[in-house]
Amino acid sequence: RKRFEVKTLGFSSLELKNLIFFLGAVGRVAEVAGKSSVMMEIRTPKTHKAKRVLEKRAPKLVENGKKTLILHGTKTSATVSSVLMELYRLKKGGAIKYSRRNENIRPFESGGETSLEFFSLKTDCSIFVYGSHTKKRPDNLVLGRMYDHHVYDLIEVGIENFKSLLSFSYDKKIAPHEGSKPFICFTGEGFENVPELKQLKEVLTDLFRGEVVENLNLTGLDRAYICTAVSPTKVFLTHCAIKLKKSGTIVPRIELVEVGPSMDLVIRRNRLPNEGLRKEAMKSSKDKPKKKVKNVDQDDVLGKLGRVYIPEQEVGKIPLPDKSKGVKRERREGKVKKNKEEGSASKKLKESE
Amino acid sequence: DMDMETDQIYQIDVGNLLAFNPNHRFSSAPSSREELVKECVTEGTKLVQAIADTLFNLPSTETNDGPLVQLPPPTTKLPREKHLPRPKPPTKWEEFALKKGIQKRKKDKIVYDETTDKFKRRHGYDRVNDDNDIPIIEAKASDEPGEDPFAKRLDDKKKRVGKQEKNRLENLKTAAKAGALPSHVQLAVTGLPISGTKTQPKKIGKEALGDVAGLAATSTASGGKFDKKLPGEKPPKKQGKHHKYLPVVPRYGWVDEEKEQTNKVLGKLLSKHSHEILNVGKAINMYNDKKEKKKSGRSDKLKAKKDITKKKPYANKAN
Repeated sequence: RKRFEVKTLGFSSLELKNLIFFLGAVGRVAEVAGKSSVMMEIRTPKTHKAKRVLEKRAPKLVENGKKTLILHGTKTSATVSSVLMELYRLKKGGAIKYSRRNENIRPFESGGETSLEFFSLKTDCSIFVYGSHTKKRPDNLVLGRMYDHHVYDLIEVGIENFKSLLSFSYDKKIAPHEGSKPFICFTGEGFENVPELKQLKEVLTDLFRGEVVENLNLTGLDRAYICTAVSPTKVFLTHCAIKLKKSGTIVPRIELVEVGPSMDLVIRRNRLPNEGLRKEAMKSSKDKPKKKVKNVDQDDVLGKLGRVYIPEQEVGKIPLPDKSKGVKRERREGKVKKNKEEGSASKKLKESE
Repeated sequence: DMDMETDQIYQIDVGNLLAFNPNHRFSSAPSSREELVKECVTEGTKLVQAIADTLFNLPSTETNDGPLVQLPPPTTKLPREKHLPRPKPPTKWEEFALKKGIQKRKKDKIVYDETTDKFKRRHGYDRVNDDNDIPIIEAKASDEPGEDPFAKRLDDKKKRVGKQEKNRLENLKTAAKAGALPSHVQLAVTGLPISGTKTQPKKIGKEALGDVAGLAATSTASGGKFDKKLPGEKPPKKQGKHHKYLPVVPRYGWVDEEKEQTNKVLGKLLSKHSHEILNVGKAINMYNDKKEKKKSGRSDKLKAKKDITKKKPYANKAN
């Protein structure tokens, strides 16, 4: 067997093999000027389910509700891990929680976002919550949003005075159901005047909003998020259950009961989206695609015409009325009347006795 | 209620069930945390009440689950999560049709077939103008004598289909360039960009790559032992036989494994039931095979290894 000595020249064997493969493929003939064809292949999903998933994730005019990705960094404290867990529970159905620690994610650094963007692409999540705990930034939470699976904006908050939802005691009947649409309330002039709080208000609305719905069932309103700007850098956030009490009018009287979790958010760093990106993301197409109404025509002479399709009547298979003895309405009603009379008659008899 | 106090106008977005009160000022220093929390919840209650006031006054329809209201569209603008769908660039045929003024015509599912005087479907089982149904093709003056016209038809169809696929790929590439690839289609690169001959390089598999890497490694001066490995690259597989040699001198306090090994074999050979362990037929076959091999003088290395357990036709011939 022939053996050939090849000086490594500092290449690793993996790089060498690439070289061998490439040389074998490209080899001999002179280059054709200009075109270098890349061999491409069209891949379409082989199952209907896969096709539906792809269509669901495609960019659309009217978008789906944003999903949230919850993950943590190298080190987390007990507070941060319980905050992440409870946030996941609150957003169950529209959130994905990763349990492993991610060492190479640093949202505020230029190279540290690639992993986040990959996860966002993989799980189709547009909001992420990244928790970490360091000496410099204890109990840290980074709330971020994505546009086209690239980081759009970030805001970093510190958690203080965290009260877990397990520490609140309340009547279990009013406990909010999973996935119900919440009320979101903001109080304080800070949300209007301070740019960081303004951004936080937008991010929290996006985070808690859930799906945008057209029809709402009024009996299903059972939770509210209350955010108060206590100072220009601090926001108090709490989650309450709603009790509807009778008032004189159609509108019930609202009573809020804290069910937790509750925490103070202290603004640390933030990153606003650049203007061009913001303008593009805020763009919305005004026109709704007109839904085609089938079987309706407009005629100039007769006006609006419609077609009604009736299925073919199979005369032999029409169910005939039940003519059995006891079932007829007259008979039934007659019986009821008779019993009534008898009852009253027996009373009369009793009285006379 | 809420409008009566001078500054207490809330910004309400019913579509999002969102309310904002920009005017609340805290009584300078809230005495304790509980007081603060209580004040926040009271303010929150007022806001929720304000939203509920509007909400419950919307026209509602009764359903089995409860009163259903139609929410107005939300007023707060939030950024989209993905870009707006981009318009698809016209395909080459669409451009041509536009230029020539060709209109699209809707095709019927059932077409009249003249050869059989029946209505047949256009596509599918028993269709109009099926290639397989042609019994006779008349020879033309332009035909070559040895050519099979049926095969030629099939060939032409293959070429047409191939051309169409190529055109489809080109159209999808232009769409992908414009960012308007349909959601269910993915364009995957199958090979390296080639310049020169049109031969497609076959995509090399994981095992083959490993073998080539091993080859390249052994061809180095030190046999690939000190090569810098890329992250994730596995250490080279050991070539040749894998022997495990037990230590001759056992460790202090441990069982002499080598001695045990030999004793085990001896025990089996010299035991009462040794004739049951030994498969005499198999032993005879092996002996015969060795003899045959020696006779023919061929080497194992060049020919494919045969399965010794398979009985050969000449196995029990007395030599």
